[in-house]
Amino acid sequence: MPLLELMDVHARYGPIRALHGISLAVDDGEVVAILGANGAGKTTTLRSISSMTRTSGEIRFNDKRIARRSPEYVARLGVAHVPEGRGLFPELSVWENLRMGAVGRRRGGNFQADAKRFIGYFPWMERRREQPAGTLSGGEQQMLALGRALVGRPKLLMLDEPSLGLAPTVVRELFATVRRLNEEEGLTVLVVEQNATIALDVASRAYVLEVGKVAVEGTSDELQRHEGVRKSYLGY
Amino acid sequence: MRWVDRAIGPLIFAAAVVVVALLPRFIGEFRLLQFTRVAIFVIAILGLNILTGYSGQISLGHYAFVGVGAYTTALLSLGRPGLEALQLDPPDWLPLGDGMTPVFTIPLAALITGVLGLIIGVPALRLGGVSLALATLAIAVSFPIVMKSFEEVTGGGGGINLNLPETPFGWDISTRHWLYYEAWVTAGILFVAAWLLTRGRIGRAWRAIRDGEVAAISSGVNPALYKTLAFGISAAYAGAAGALLAIEISYVNPDTFPVSESILLLASAVIGGLGSLAGAIFGALLLQFLPIYSQNPPILSFEFADQAPSVVFGVFLIVFMLLMPGGVAHFVRAVWHTARGRSFRRAVEPDAPQGGA
Amino acid sequence: MAIPARPALPQLDVSPHVRALILAAAWTIGTLAVILLIGLVLTQTEDVFTWSGYIQQIVSGLAQGAIFASLALALVLIYRTTDILNFAQGEMAMFTTFIAWSLMNHMPYWPAFVLTLVIAFVGGAAIERVIIRPVEHRPEIVVVIVTIGLLIALNGLAPWIWGPEVKPFETPFSNGTTEIGGVVIAYQDLGVLAVTLATVLLLWAFFRFTTLGLVMRAVANSQDASRLLGVRVGWMLALGWGLAAMLGAIAGMMAAPTQFLDANLMLIILIYSFAAAVLGGIDSPVGAVVGGLILGVLINILGTYVDFIGGELRLPAAFVVLLVVLLIRPQGLFGHRVVRRV
Repeated sequence: MPLLELMDVHARYGPIRALHGISLAVDDGEVVAILGANGAGKTTTLRSISSMTRTSGEIRFNDKRIARRSPEYVARLGVAHVPEGRGLFPELSVWENLRMGAVGRRRGGNFQADAKRFIGYFPWMERRREQPAGTLSGGEQQMLALGRALVGRPKLLMLDEPSLGLAPTVVRELFATVRRLNEEEGLTVLVVEQNATIALDVASRAYVLEVGKVAVEGTSDELQRHEGVRKSYLGY
Repeated sequence: MRWVDRAIGPLIFAAAVVVVALLPRFIGEFRLLQFTRVAIFVIAILGLNILTGYSGQISLGHYAFVGVGAYTTALLSLGRPGLEALQLDPPDWLPLGDGMTPVFTIPLAALITGVLGLIIGVPALRLGGVSLALATLAIAVSFPIVMKSFEEVTGGGGGINLNLPETPFGWDISTRHWLYYEAWVTAGILFVAAWLLTRGRIGRAWRAIRDGEVAAISSGVNPALYKTLAFGISAAYAGAAGALLAIEISYVNPDTFPVSESILLLASAVIGGLGSLAGAIFGALLLQFLPIYSQNPPILSFEFADQAPSVVFGVFLIVFMLLMPGGVAHFVRAVWHTARGRSFRRAVEPDAPQGGA
Repeated sequence: MAIPARPALPQLDVSPHVRALILAAAWTIGTLAVILLIGLVLTQTEDVFTWSGYIQQIVSGLAQGAIFASLALALVLIYRTTDILNFAQGEMAMFTTFIAWSLMNHMPYWPAFVLTLVIAFVGGAAIERVIIRPVEHRPEIVVVIVTIGLLIALNGLAPWIWGPEVKPFETPFSNGTTEIGGVVIAYQDLGVLAVTLATVLLLWAFFRFTTLGLVMRAVANSQDASRLLGVRVGWMLALGWGLAAMLGAIAGMMAAPTQFLDANLMLIILIYSFAAAVLGGIDSPVGAVVGGLILGVLINILGTYVDFIGGELRLPAAFVVLLVVLLIRPQGLFGHRVVRRV
């Protein structure tokens, strides 16, 4: 049974319809990517999962219905959503942002230990503990946002355009970290990306959205060989 | 049946004119005074509506402008001789003239108050919603205090007694009737003027600014100009209302214009319906009659305490904002559209307050 | 909430704590200098001027300002968490002060004080959930009118319940005065300052060191981001209103002994507190406290030493000062955001 399942989900912003019947699934331990051009509905899909938009259709997480609930409810079930723009608290310090990640956790786990382990991935954060998050660079903010999500010990990590505005080396480092987390800790990841090349490198499966619908789906290998996908999203 | 929609506005206006004209026949002299007061409130609320409803600037001090108009009328209609007869000693540089028929002071009071509004409107541009609300509140609180302290001109706490109103030009109707018609004709003229303003380019500019200044600028609207203009025009309306008020009571003193009246004025404008001229009438009726009826409800046989009007007014405000923020005017329009078999979506309604993006 | 711009100060390469200390020191020195300067001016302009009298006015101005600071802090708290200007803050404070008065007829002062704070907290949270929540996302004018409605209703409800007569209010501080370095200071003033200081410190500690405080700060930064972390934002907003109501109750109970308890007790104070909050920067708690103190001292000095102003015109005079400050610096002394919607 998949960890996350969307069945014929429609979503709209007021009178504007953004999703026209999306169905997708993510299994435990997978890394799945959602690709597509601007405006295809990728961000809307994540927002729908987090109950931030009005949806019809069914969304199940861990066999619980999460459509049309509230973002807090979904987060407390173990879905960590790192939104576009990172969603950090700019006036709070690095450490305080991390602590906020632990606030919504259901039970168990030791925040200090988790935070230390995460900082182990990024030693520079130790030096910057007290710095306001708004003063960090783009790449550092993205790492912090990631860490904040992880400290809550989520079952599912959702990343929305993590590479946006970041230099290529930073992007590579970011996705390397994601892969490590998936391989070493079994973290399930759903990542929305415009940068299809790097996404397909890390993901095992992907969905390509166009105009609010799933246009193509398959394993990374299949998609990397798919002519339409290659031409439109991979550039060769 | 499209013509019904377009004709309904003027039809209702015509009906209202008829009602107002014929009302004195059916009500006693005391009621006549009350309805005269309603006309005055209509004018004041129209002005506030223009400022807050159409151009989106919150003012908690509008009654101070009414006060300015009232004092202006008092000074102008008495003139220097009249003031000196009251043992007041206004400074020489004040152009007071020799006194004039009260009805002619109305446009003058409106003009002077309007200019004052323009002057205040300029620094108001720099202040945002919160600060502007505070600044106008400050004006409202300070007005009675300032009026009290400039004793030589304003008569201080004792105020100024005007001559009792009398029907001018030798016309043969009772004073109260004269006051009634004077007020309602002025209200009618100003209502039509407001209607023309808001339908025209200026009104469109105001609405554009209210709904989003950045967007307005990019469509070529100069917010500073139109917002200041709104201040001036709304102050002029308040000045006219104040002039009529002074004439009607034939007395002005600082306590007539406490800050609470400014607050209640805004509240009435909102309940009546901001962004809707017809709402001014509902608001005025509310302002005049709610305090009376909540203390002495017509059907029930007992009397509530003195404080009942406040509590009722307050609760009314809250309930209306929860259920019907567009006010009574909006409600009526919704009923009308539903009766015509159309779905009525608030988001589409162009005149309801939208607020900033 | 808009993300505030970087602070306007030059970026010194020291830790934020040191920077804050330097800033505080600069402000203190600057303030003392200004006080000294004004005093020197007054020695020239006033016929009768004593330094001890001057300091006395400053101290009693500070005590008055402490009351403004408490209410201003409440206003800022609500503004930061819910983006709403609560015009009813003063009347809520007045109402809870009446409740305190009733309680004090049946029990000693401090237990009644604490119980009032609890009731205020519950009341404030309840108002947020029941009355404010439904209109939170409506246009600004709608919310303003709701709070004004609350103001009007409470203003009428209090005398309805407790009668219109002015009531005397107990104070835990003795009525006498003490002398420090030749300056006569009332115990009441000292007491008010002490209580306010303790309140501000406790509040600061709450926000700085507790998890709940951290969560509230996060919610003030960004409600959406907080939701995505599983924070029940609704409860945090109610908590904010509860805390603000407590602050208001304290302000009311500090003001009532000298200004007597009736329905209009907090109206003028609300206006001053508003002015203080805007002066300090509507999104700055520090600004609220500093603004309140400055305003309290200002109106005392103006009222005492400027003949033209005297007792009556203090309020308009204070406003003129406020407006001048706002026109020069629309975001207030410490604020980051210019208060306007774009």
